[in-house]
Amino acid sequence: MNLWALDLWRKLRCLVLLSFTVVLVGCASIPAGVERSPQDPWEPFNRSVFEFNEGLDAYVLKPVVAGYRFVLPEFVRDGVYNFFSNYSDIYTALYNLLQGKPGDAFNDFMRVVVNTTMGLGGLLDLATPGGLEKHKEDWGQTLGVWGVPAGPYVVLPFFGPSNVRDTFGTVADLESDYLFRLLPDVALRNSLTGLRVINARNTYYEAGDLLDGAAIDKYSFVRDAYIQRRQYQINQGRDDEEESTIPVYQNPYE
Amino acid sequence: MKSYKRIPQYLVAGLLLISGVAFAQTPDQATAPDALIKMVVTDVMASVKSDADIQKGNIPKIVDLVEKKIVPYTDMRRTTEMAMGPNWKKATPEQQNQLVLEFKNLLIRTYSGALSQLRDQTVQFKALRAAPDDKEVVVKTVVLGRGDPVPLDYRLEKTDKGWKVYDMNIMGVWLVEAYRNQFSNQISQNGIDGLVKFLQDRNKQLASAKPANS
Repeated sequence: MNLWALDLWRKLRCLVLLSFTVVLVGCASIPAGVERSPQDPWEPFNRSVFEFNEGLDAYVLKPVVAGYRFVLPEFVRDGVYNFFSNYSDIYTALYNLLQGKPGDAFNDFMRVVVNTTMGLGGLLDLATPGGLEKHKEDWGQTLGVWGVPAGPYVVLPFFGPSNVRDTFGTVADLESDYLFRLLPDVALRNSLTGLRVINARNTYYEAGDLLDGAAIDKYSFVRDAYIQRRQYQINQGRDDEEESTIPVYQNPYE
Repeated sequence: MKSYKRIPQYLVAGLLLISGVAFAQTPDQATAPDALIKMVVTDVMASVKSDADIQKGNIPKIVDLVEKKIVPYTDMRRTTEMAMGPNWKKATPEQQNQLVLEFKNLLIRTYSGALSQLRDQTVQFKALRAAPDDKEVVVKTVVLGRGDPVPLDYRLEKTDKGWKVYDMNIMGVWLVEAYRNQFSNQISQNGIDGLVKFLQDRNKQLASAKPANS
């Protein structure tokens, strides 16, 4: 346990160091006149990392995904998506159990059983049309359900929008990713990780362009959406969900 | 990279994702909010799925569809007012009209882009939880298709012309909330006219861009 904590600390430190390097390279500052958000005290730092991620996406990740879409037919890409989705359902089931939602956990467990057997090892998603709804949970959400506050907003290099709690969550997600970490074949493991990243980016290939078109200031758009969405995910399934998720606007009609 | 980036995709998908029970029923002033949403969504999804031009990404045609079948059931003035917050009162009536027009065009364009990606998705309508005398309700739906289910909620207000949608929630994010800081930032940098100009320029740029699916 101690070793595990030490390892976690080491990884977290790496991430922080990496962030600072990125900031030294980049030089984004807050545009003049922008009102500071109380949830984003580290905005100059975050904007630098955001710029770095945007550049990485535009020059590396997106072109690679464009090639992926060109080379592989849609049904193959769907199979890749379903495979990783099925794998993450195992974790979703565990997190739902940890969050005290045994009903959802059982649902997710059944999804994995159905898709792994009848769905040819997860390449097909037969559970969704069969009425077993997909959920998506992670460590950050689980910590949130347990009452850990989000803390300030943080943009992580490579991983994108986060907050202090979800940064710990992301490290824990990577740390507890046993099926991948324990694969003995290094080449296979690295290829799978690469494919996983490409698959993740592919899921919002067209949506990313739409976001660019719709955003006035992409940084604050993404930030405000992330903060809202995480809160929503954590409140999901709670009795007071209804009231807590509907914002009260400042200027109703007189 | 977390799933927030997929929001526009879901926005698109969600807005339009009812599968094709095409019954030609037009909502009127007395239509209940949940029935209204169901009719509009069902109608739009059926139109999108049955139109080969739209499937190929013919954006002007989709924009036309959105203008005819969705916009009449929305209150864009209210949407814009809410997104502007305290700045709304500082705008002249002329500026207000321009803002409503440009913001509406931006949202229609984004929505149309999302609709053009609609394929085999279906929409699930949740039971409405509201009292009969409520003036404001949230109608909840879930869009099912490839990938994760997308919660898509509509916030409606009762007006003398029937129920009107003025805000939407896509995967936990309220549209108005997501634009609020962006608007106020742009205004504090360049004033209200600056925001109007920004929206005008963006709309022109989007109108001249090539269709996403080609």
